[in-house]
Amino acid sequence: MPEVALTIDGRDVLARQGSTILDACRRLGVDTPTLCQIDNLTPVNVCRVCVVELDGSRVLVPACSRKVEEGMKIRTDSERVRHSRRLVLELLASSVDMSLTSRQVGGWMEQYGAEPARFGPGAATVAQPVKVDNDLYVRDYSRCILCYKCVEACGVDAQNTFAIAVAGRGFDAHISTEFDTPLPDSACVYCGNCIGVCPTGALMFKSEHDMRAEGAWNESKQTVTETVCPYCGVGCMLELHVQDNSIVKVTSPLDSSVTSGHLCVKGRFGFQFVQKRR
Amino acid sequence: MDHRVIRGGLAVRSRRHMLLPVLHEIQDRAGWVSRGALEYACRRLSIPPAEAYGVVSFYARFALEPGRARTEHVCDDIVCQLAGAHPDQGVNCLGLCDRAPARLDEKQAPAAESVRYPDSRLLRRVGIVDPGSIDSYREHGGFKALRRARELGAEQVIRQVTASALLGRGGAAFPTGRKWESVAKAQARPHYLVCNADESEPGTFKDRVVMEGDPFALVEAMAVAALAAGCEKGYIYIRDEYPVARRRIARAIEQSRDAGLLDIDVEVRRGAGAYICGEETALFNSIEGKRGEPRNKPPFPVEVGLFGRPTLVNNVETLVNVLDILNGEFADTRLFCVSGHVKHPGVYDIPLGTPLRLLLERAGAGSIQAVLLGGAAGSFLTPEQLDVPLSFEGTRAIGATLGSGAVIVFDATADMKQALLRIARFFRDESCGQCVPCRVGTKRQEEILERMFANGRGQADVMLLSDIAQAMRDASICGLGQTAANAIASGLKQLPVLNA
Repeated sequence: MPEVALTIDGRDVLARQGSTILDACRRLGVDTPTLCQIDNLTPVNVCRVCVVELDGSRVLVPACSRKVEEGMKIRTDSERVRHSRRLVLELLASSVDMSLTSRQVGGWMEQYGAEPARFGPGAATVAQPVKVDNDLYVRDYSRCILCYKCVEACGVDAQNTFAIAVAGRGFDAHISTEFDTPLPDSACVYCGNCIGVCPTGALMFKSEHDMRAEGAWNESKQTVTETVCPYCGVGCMLELHVQDNSIVKVTSPLDSSVTSGHLCVKGRFGFQFVQKRR
Repeated sequence: MDHRVIRGGLAVRSRRHMLLPVLHEIQDRAGWVSRGALEYACRRLSIPPAEAYGVVSFYARFALEPGRARTEHVCDDIVCQLAGAHPDQGVNCLGLCDRAPARLDEKQAPAAESVRYPDSRLLRRVGIVDPGSIDSYREHGGFKALRRARELGAEQVIRQVTASALLGRGGAAFPTGRKWESVAKAQARPHYLVCNADESEPGTFKDRVVMEGDPFALVEAMAVAALAAGCEKGYIYIRDEYPVARRRIARAIEQSRDAGLLDIDVEVRRGAGAYICGEETALFNSIEGKRGEPRNKPPFPVEVGLFGRPTLVNNVETLVNVLDILNGEFADTRLFCVSGHVKHPGVYDIPLGTPLRLLLERAGAGSIQAVLLGGAAGSFLTPEQLDVPLSFEGTRAIGATLGSGAVIVFDATADMKQALLRIARFFRDESCGQCVPCRVGTKRQEEILERMFANGRGQADVMLLSDIAQAMRDASICGLGQTAANAIASGLKQLPVLNA
C-alpha cells in the first residue's frame, strides 16, 4: 500500500493512502477526542469534536473522515481547534445528560476547559422519559448526542434491519422508529448492535438499567470473560460481563475478525439459561 | 471485467429517489401523510418505513397529522415584518419580498406580475415574452445560444464560459468554466446536471423572477450546460414556495423537448420546505429521497455528486448568464434583490462594482438605519458603509459578502432587535440538526439573544455569542452553520441601537 507524507503539529508522519487524519494522529500518539467515530462503522463526521486545522482550508476539518493527502500540514492543538472542541463538548453537555459516557469524555471536558453550565439554567435540553417497551434493552434519549452510530449499526454498516432512523430536524432531531412505534411493533430484531456502539448509555441492556435503578450496578465488582458463542457455527467472540456470578451484559470486541463487535439476538441476549438455577 | 457489473436486489428494486414526489402526491390528494399512505409508499418504493418517516418529518411542508398541511402561507420573515407582518405567526421567507407583506395561496397562485426590466440584460425578456410559448421565446432571440453551442461543440463552449470569467451566482462565487470543465473531464458515468432553484435565502427572489418571467431561458441554458459537460440527465430543484415557476418551467421543458431542442431528460423536482436543501449536497440527498443533510466535502460534486456520480450543479442566475456569453452579449452584471424600506422593491441588474449607495438610490431608499447585505447569512452594514462597491472583493474588504444578492433596507423606524431575533429563529428552524455546532449552536444563539434583549446586555452573554459564532464558523459541516452567526455578530457589533 503506497504511503503519503504529512506533518502533524510539526512532526513528520507517513500514513497509508486512503487512511484518515485520525489514523495518522493515533499513529503519532496524538490524543484526539472522538464521539461519533468508532472503528467498526463508517465515519459520519457529525459530532465535530475531532476537528483539526488543515493548512489551506478555510474551516476546520474532521479528522475521523478526512483522508490523508501528500503534504498536508495539520495542527491539532491550535487555539481554533481547542476552541471548537471545547464548544462542541459544552454544547453537548449543556443539552444532553452525559453522565454515563466514558471516563475519557470527562477527561476531554477537563482538558479543553468545558463549562457547560455557562449557557445558564434556562438552556434547552433533550430531557425526556426513558423508553422501556421490551425486556431486552431500554432507550434513554435524554442521553442521546445524536452521533448516528445506532442508525448506522441498524442499517447498512452491520445489521441491515433499518428499524430506526433520525427523524425531525434541527434541535428537535431525534432517533425514532416509524411514527415512534414501540420496538416490539417495529422492525427491530434485538441484535443489540445499537447498544454495542452507543457512546453515552442512551441505549442500555435492561439488566443494566434495572440494576442501576436499584443501585446494584457496580463495575468495579465485574469481571469480563471471553468465550465463543455456543449457538451456531459462526463462532462469534463474546465478552461476558459478570457481577456476583451473574451475566449482566454481553459485548464483542471491536477487533474480532468474526464479529467486528456486532452480534445477533442470541449471542447478545440469550444468556439467561446459564444462570437459571431452578 | 469491464461492462460485466450486474446489479440486483435492492439496488434495482429501490426507487427511493421517487420518495419526495410520491409524498407530495399523497399530501396534495389527502391533505396530509397518513401512516397507511406512508407504509404503502414504502412497500412500493422499497424503503424502510423508519427511514421514510425520518424523511417526512425532516421537511417542514409535510404534515403527519390531518389538518396540519397548509396551502396558504403568511410570511413573517425579516422583510415582511418591516412591512407590518406580525412576528411569530408566519413561515420563513417565501421569496415574495417585492410584495411584502407576502401571502401565498398555492391553489390560486397569482400570475407573475408583468413587471418589466427594460435596462436589464438578464431580465430583458421578463414581462415581454409570453412565458408559456416557445414561439414567443424564439421571436425574442430564444435558442440562438443553443444553436451556437451545437455548432461550437462542448470544448469550445467551455472555453468561452471560462474566458468570460463568470463566477457562480449562488453565493460561493466559484469560477463556472472550471466547474464545467471538471465535470466534462470526469471519467465516471453518467454525468448529472442539477439546477439549484431552491432559492430560500431571506430577501432573495431573483431566480423566481427569471423562472416565472423567462422560463425557456433556463431550459435553453440547461441544454447548453448538458451539452458542454456531457450530462445524460438533468434536474431542476425548485423550492416548494414557487408553484408558478414550477409549472412554467415544466411546460417549457415539455415544449422544448417536443421541438427537438432538449436532448436530455430534465426532471422538475419540488422542494418541501427546507432552506438547507439550497446547499448543493443536501439538495442531492433530497433528490435521492433522503433527509436534506449536507455531505462532508471533499469529495466535491464534480467527482461524487448526485447518486454518487459527477454532477454539474449551478444556480439559475449562473446558468442563464451562459446564453449571453454564447450570444456575445455578456457583461459582468449581477442581479440584486432590493426589499424592505424602499419605494421600488424588486430585482436590479447592475454591473458588479457599482457602489451600494447608487443601487439604493435607484430603488428609492430614504433615510437608512442599516442594510442587510446577502440575506440572513450575510451581514449588516451601517450608513457609513454604503459606498462599498458591490463586488466580491469590495464586500470582502469590509468583512461582508454579496451572498445571494439580497439587499434589505431598514429605515429609522425598523426594530433591529426584532430583525436579529427573526434571523436567529430562522437558523434554529432551518438547521438540519446533523452536526453539533449548528444543531445546538443555533438553539443557544436564539436563547441568548432573547435573554439579552429582554434583560439587557451582559458581558458574559456577548462572550457566549461570540464563542458560539466562532465554533459554528469553524466546525460546522456546511455553509448554513458556518454563516448562521454572521448577521447577528455584525449587527451586534455595528448597530448602535443594539448596544444601548
